[in-house]
Amino acid sequence: MGFPHPSHAGETVVLSKYFGDAGARTHAGWVERGGYEGLRKALGMAPEAIIEDMKASGLRGRGGAGFPTGLKWSFMPKGDGKPHYLVCNADESEPGTFKDREIMRWTPHALIEGCAIGAYAIGAERCYIYIRGEFTEPWTIMSEAVREAYAAGTLGDNAMGSGKTIHITLHRGAGAYICGEETALMNSIEGRRGNPRIKPPFPAAAGLFGMPTTINNVETLAAVPHILVRGAEWYKSLSRGNPKSTGTKLISVCGHVQRPGNYEVTLGTPMKDLLYDMCGGMRPGRTLKAVIPGGSSVPIMTAEEAESALLDYEGLIEKGSMLGSAGMIVMDDSADMVYQIMRLARFYAHESCAQCTQCREGTAWTTRILERILSGKGKESDFDLLLDLADNMTGTTICVLSDSCAAPVVSGIRKFRGEFEAYIRRERAPVLALA
Amino acid sequence: MSAAQSAVHAVDAQPYEPVFTGDTLAELEQRFAEYPTRQALLLPALWMVQERRGWISEPAISEVATVLGLTPAYVKGVVTFYTMYHTHPVGRHFIQVCTTSPCGLCGAEDTVKALLEHTGCGEAGTTSPDGRFTVVEVECLGACGFATPVMVGDDFIESVTPDKVPDLLARYP
Repeated sequence: MGFPHPSHAGETVVLSKYFGDAGARTHAGWVERGGYEGLRKALGMAPEAIIEDMKASGLRGRGGAGFPTGLKWSFMPKGDGKPHYLVCNADESEPGTFKDREIMRWTPHALIEGCAIGAYAIGAERCYIYIRGEFTEPWTIMSEAVREAYAAGTLGDNAMGSGKTIHITLHRGAGAYICGEETALMNSIEGRRGNPRIKPPFPAAAGLFGMPTTINNVETLAAVPHILVRGAEWYKSLSRGNPKSTGTKLISVCGHVQRPGNYEVTLGTPMKDLLYDMCGGMRPGRTLKAVIPGGSSVPIMTAEEAESALLDYEGLIEKGSMLGSAGMIVMDDSADMVYQIMRLARFYAHESCAQCTQCREGTAWTTRILERILSGKGKESDFDLLLDLADNMTGTTICVLSDSCAAPVVSGIRKFRGEFEAYIRRERAPVLALA
Repeated sequence: MSAAQSAVHAVDAQPYEPVFTGDTLAELEQRFAEYPTRQALLLPALWMVQERRGWISEPAISEVATVLGLTPAYVKGVVTFYTMYHTHPVGRHFIQVCTTSPCGLCGAEDTVKALLEHTGCGEAGTTSPDGRFTVVEVECLGACGFATPVMVGDDFIESVTPDKVPDLLARYP
């Protein structure tokens, strides 16, 4: 449902069905609503059969990369005798994205169930759910749900009486955007600074504590029980015709729309329907200027591109951007693009873990150059300087944080160059005062 | 020097009382069963210190290092990596306000101004002279559809506009 708004007819409500229904939070309430049937079914299946179901459903990672979930699970070694781990990435920190928070707040047992199924499927006896430190309410709700799941025998050394061991441990982050990067997250659980690791080795070979590990996003795992109960074919049928993008996706919409919130739509839904129909369009008297559709790390789209885009993995690539985490930042004609891009660059400069020079220096210099432009001291040569910096920041570092900083700069200059020129040519009054 | 700062120095001068004794130590020890290494308890142990002491002092860093078999330098490296750990005392109520782009578009900067004015902090990153509040601007709190989110201690408050600030602060004496 369009939480916090009532469901809209254009939505396909699967994951968000119980958002706003506090009764769904308890173990008993979840069972009453059909919960834990997916886990019960899974525990009676061979792990390989569960992985085949995930592959057949077409489910792809909902955290940003869109990697096929079944394929990821199939990379885990078999019969290697080592402990395996499942890690759930609940470090939701991508600006514009606030969907995992609602899953944990309203349907904690959906996540626990998905984690338990995933753990069993990959041969892991323990799953760690890494929740960002600022999510105090989701943490409290998840803690209580885990406690209840142990008390009910759903988790533990004899999960649901199956003889299988499934443990879930919640691990609290402490304020670091970069810990949403999978290898940084694993370092953080290990009690280290959240520096991303060089890959390979990939997590399935050597991940958490050096052991074979699968890491999945909250929304991905929350979808798993539905697929097991209702079938891969059903999930696959939730599509607007693109067989590579199946199922539903929670889209977080924020910024200048009348009704910001989370909307669950079938992948392939036209962005225009979401923006104007479900979210009520722009504020009165305003028109759409730009959309950053996949969390702040993806290229900016113009109004024209956004209004003609389909909301799925391929549809947004076709328009030069990405679905990412589907955190949509909407800007109307009142938005100062130069200021907004500077603000994003400042975010990445603040969040750089600083181990790669291109990122540590690049994010800081990008921010300073943009601040200089906004203070009325920009030069025509700043365009080349910013683009050169962006080039050096793309595809050159251990993780993609610096690429993410470069993306809005490059797309912003290309699509909104006139706004930069207005500051540089002193046609627009400075909005920052630099010392 | 403000009263709050004087109080800070007074705290610093007192002999250090370990955090990990009795029930607190037992609580930590119990959690070792969930991890294959002691070091994995570093973030949880630091949270335990901050929950009990309000911030993480140098002696606390040394204590955590000893308990987990690490060096103080290593622990300090981790503490300073994460923005939520306080390495100095803060006000009785620690206020975090999001100013990242989505909230910025919806007026977060005005909310910051109102918070600074009504708390008496004057400037972001500082503590009010009465020691009641510390206000900091933070990056994305993950509630972009509910601009502007503000955290007061562990309380997460959505949709804080400048006009709501006085009533909000009144709830935190």
